[in-house]
Amino acid sequence: MKKILTTPITDEALADLNVGDIVYLTGHLVTCRDVAHRRLIELKQQLPVDVRGGAIFHAGPIVREKDDGSFEMVSIGPTTSMRMEKFERQFIQETGVKMIIGKGGMGEETAAGCLENNAVHAVFPGGCAVVAATKVEAIEAAEWRDLGMPETLWVNRVKEFGPLIISIDTKGNNIFEENKKTFNERKGAILERIHEKVKFIK
Amino acid sequence: MGNEQSIEHMSDVMSRFTSYIGKRLPTDVKKKQAELRKKEKNPMAIEIYDTMAENQEAADKLDRPSCQDTGVIQYFLKVGAKFPLIGELEEILRAATLGATERGPLRHNAVETFDEKNTGTNTGSNIPWLDWEILPNEDTAEIEVYMAGGGCTLPGHAKVLMPGQGYEGVADFVFDVITSRGVNACPPLLVGVGVSTSVETAARLSKKAILRPVDTSNPNANAALMEELLEEGLNEVGIGPQGLTGDNTVMGVNIESSARHPSTIGVAVSTGCWAHRRGTIIFNADLSYEVISHEGVTL
Repeated sequence: MKKILTTPITDEALADLNVGDIVYLTGHLVTCRDVAHRRLIELKQQLPVDVRGGAIFHAGPIVREKDDGSFEMVSIGPTTSMRMEKFERQFIQETGVKMIIGKGGMGEETAAGCLENNAVHAVFPGGCAVVAATKVEAIEAAEWRDLGMPETLWVNRVKEFGPLIISIDTKGNNIFEENKKTFNERKGAILERIHEKVKFIK
Repeated sequence: MGNEQSIEHMSDVMSRFTSYIGKRLPTDVKKKQAELRKKEKNPMAIEIYDTMAENQEAADKLDRPSCQDTGVIQYFLKVGAKFPLIGELEEILRAATLGATERGPLRHNAVETFDEKNTGTNTGSNIPWLDWEILPNEDTAEIEVYMAGGGCTLPGHAKVLMPGQGYEGVADFVFDVITSRGVNACPPLLVGVGVSTSVETAARLSKKAILRPVDTSNPNANAALMEELLEEGLNEVGIGPQGLTGDNTVMGVNIESSARHPSTIGVAVSTGCWAHRRGTIIFNADLSYEVISHEGVTL
């Protein structure tokens, strides 16, 4: 059975989730990436959308503006979450956001932020932007449009948005950091074998 | 066709083609992904491969860019010196980018540096990026379109090794880049490696390497062996689709090389994500054309 989270997300809804679990999101999902993070944390500007109990998406979509001024979500996949690592711990603390969706892993600081504030990071499969767009029912608002199409805060109403793979849970476990250890362990022996076969300089 | 009409015609074809490749993957890439899905045993990885396949079907059916990051548009040209529109190509490809941005639609991905303003048109200073090779006695133009997305551009890395580090150092460098930064670049990746004399020559060759079809080999036996060893080795690391572990890491490893200074080994890595949006089209002197990268295309 699909596990579906609904915004506003409660601490209880996240408590049982572990890294590797797959969930879906219904409710509101706000795109928020590089410059929005910088504006909040470094430039001390207030985020124009209240995301307390909500979910943000590291994403810069393709949006079509219709003649009547409304917006159509064309294509919306995740962007590399690691770019926001520098700001995310403080972002979680200040905004009260409960779910951060993106692509690839995030680091120790974000994991600490998730642990301190009962939040999670989840991965939506990168590049699957049309599947994601079909789960957006409507774009309800667009803030900080001066940042251009990718960086605008697009407020999306979504239904069963996913699959979302939990990569950092509320206990602070981080699936990408664990995987990285495994990859690095395997690397040494493989490279030793390759070294023996590429001694082309003789 | 008069000159004006020729320019308009070629701009229109290139605009359609640029938009097309953002929606459908090249035939070799599609085939490779089906192969990797078949070999995969990890359930989470299988779920991701299936979402990828579902996405490509939806993109085709709904006629939308399959990934929202339609990249900075780059054109790699091999143009005969006798191609009639050689002098107009820059203007044509700029018009094609503007056209594709509307038609796709493509995301606005050209930010003027230092002014830090998104131009909103995918054109800007030296963007679309043009890479030229002139073929002295030919009259055709081969154009590779590449959408360089942010995620798979981020791992890009170049370095100059000392000869004592040898090709062993090249292998180390490739593994370091892929295991540290490739993980977030939407694997399974196509890894391009440039082995050359300095950073910029190696970097350019590494990009050329990811424009080669997935299953091709370098004609030099040692280079081909190294491609094979790196591919096998990286797959054994088991990064899997989206870096969440799996039976494979890469679609392939392609190496391009040049001669080098005896004191240096320039090495660079460029990565292509699974959504490897690359397209090849060849124009004849009469502007008739053929698409090489995608089977069954109607523009």
